[in-house]
Amino acid sequence: MENLNIGQHISRRYNEELEDIRNRVLAMGGLVEQQLQDAMRALEDRDGGLAAQVMENDYQVNAMEVAIDEECNTILARRQPAASDLRLIVAVIKTITDLERIGDEAERIARMASRMVGEEQSARLFTQIRNLGHHVRGMVHGALDAFAHLDTEKAVEIWSEDRRVDSEYDSLMRELMTYMMEDPRSIPNILQAMFAARAIERIGDRATNICEYVIYLVKGKDVRHTRVDQQTED
Amino acid sequence: MNTAQKINPDIFKQATGNDDADTCLEVLDLNLYYGKAQALDGIRLSIPRKRVTAFIGPSGCGKSTLLRCFNRMNDLVDSVRITGTIELDKQDIYAPSVQVAQLRQRVGMVFQKPNPFPKSIYENVAYGLRLQGVKSRRNLDEIVEKALRGAALWDEVKDRLHENALGMSGGQQQRLVIARAIAVEPEVLLLDEPASALDPISTLKIEELIDELKEKYTIVIVTHNMQQAARVSDFTAFMYMGKMIEHDATNKIFTNPSEKMTEDYITGRYG
Repeated sequence: MENLNIGQHISRRYNEELEDIRNRVLAMGGLVEQQLQDAMRALEDRDGGLAAQVMENDYQVNAMEVAIDEECNTILARRQPAASDLRLIVAVIKTITDLERIGDEAERIARMASRMVGEEQSARLFTQIRNLGHHVRGMVHGALDAFAHLDTEKAVEIWSEDRRVDSEYDSLMRELMTYMMEDPRSIPNILQAMFAARAIERIGDRATNICEYVIYLVKGKDVRHTRVDQQTED
Repeated sequence: MNTAQKINPDIFKQATGNDDADTCLEVLDLNLYYGKAQALDGIRLSIPRKRVTAFIGPSGCGKSTLLRCFNRMNDLVDSVRITGTIELDKQDIYAPSVQVAQLRQRVGMVFQKPNPFPKSIYENVAYGLRLQGVKSRRNLDEIVEKALRGAALWDEVKDRLHENALGMSGGQQQRLVIARAIAVEPEVLLLDEPASALDPISTLKIEELIDELKEKYTIVIVTHNMQQAARVSDFTAFMYMGKMIEHDATNKIFTNPSEKMTEDYITGRYG
C-alpha cells in the first residue's frame, strides 16, 4: 500500500496518537543527528568540552527511546493496529532502537575525541575521518528524511550508499595502518582514530537499517538481508 | 473490480505451509437478488477443505447472505433469486436433484444467538441423529458423548445430561449448538458470528474450539470482530457492497492487504 494516510481513522484520538509517535521519532532523530554532528566536531577540533557535552547528552536519547517504546506498547495493547498501522508501529519500534544505537556510537566517538585531546596529530589523518563522518551524517539525515516523507526511492538511494561508506572505511583502515608502520609512536592515537572510524562505519549500517524499515513500512516488504539489485527490481 | 479473479492459486500453500488443502466449496459468478435489490455481485471464491475461512466486511455487505447460500438457507426467503453456481465437492448444490435436507446435514450451521431446543442437553445433541433414524441407545450415547467432547463441553455437562439445555450459560449453549451440528458429522460448518453474543472467556473457548474443529471440518465464519478473524482464520475474504474485494491468506490481509478498500476497513479508516 503506497498511500499511507495516517490522518483518516474514524477515531480521531488514534490519528493523534500515531501522528504523535511519528513526530517523536523525528524529534529523536533530530537529537541524534545533533549528537553525531557535535561528536564529529569534537573529534576534528579536539574539543574536550564539546565531547563531554555529547557524552552527557546521550541520556536524553535513551530517555526518548524508552518513552516512544512505551507509547508503541500502549497502542499495540489498546488499538490492535492492523496492516499499515501495524507496520508503522513495528517500523517505529525498530527505528528507535537503531537511533538509540547511533546515539551510543556518537557517544563513543566523543569519548575517543576526548582521549585524543591535546595530542599532536597530522591533518591528513583527520581529513579522511572527516569525509567518512560527513558521508555517514548525510546518510542518517537522508534515512530520517525518507522516514518523514515515506519516500522509498530515497530509502533505496541511501541504502545503496552504504557500500561506498564501507569501501571508504576500508581505504581509511589501510591508510591508518600505513601511519602506524611509519611511526610506531603514533599507534595509541591512531588506535583511537580507528575506534572512531569503526563507530562511524557502524552508524552507516544503522542508517541503512532505518531505510529498510521505511521500505517495509510503505511497501510491506521485508528487504533485510537482500541485495540492492534485488530490491530495485520492483 | 474483479480482484477475486486474479487470486494467486498458491495462497493455499502460503497460508498453511503445505499443499494438501484442496477446494471444498467453489463459488462461481454468484449473483443473488432480494427482489430487485442485488445483494451479491459476481462472487468467485474457493474455500479450502479443513481450513478456516473468515468473511469480514461492514454490515449489509452480503457476507451472511453468502454464508447462507452454502446450505441454501436463502431458499426460505421468497423473493430471493440466485444465478451462478456453488459446488460442494464439485457438485452443484443448487441442482434440482439435490435434497436440501441432506445438503444441510453435510453443511451445518451455527447462528449468532445460541438456539438450543427447550429439551435436555442430551436430546439436543441426539436430535439430528433421531431424525436420521438412529434408535440404538448405545449408539446414541456414544455419538452424543463424542459430539460433546468435540465441542469441548463434555466435562462441564457430563453429570447433567438430562437437565434442560436452557439452564446453561450462553457460552455453553453455543458450544451445545456446535455439538448438535457436529453430531451428524457434516463436512462443512458455517458459523454466523458465533461469538458476538458471548463474553470474552466464552469467546476464547469458541475460538479454541474452532481451531480444534478444523482438523475434521471445513469452517466458514462470518464475524464483525476483525481481531477474531485474524486469530482464528487461515484465509480471510473481505466483502463490500455485495462484491468480493479481496480474498487471501489471513497473514497477508492483516499485515499487507493488496486492496486499498481492505486496508481502510481493517485499519478503521473512512471508506
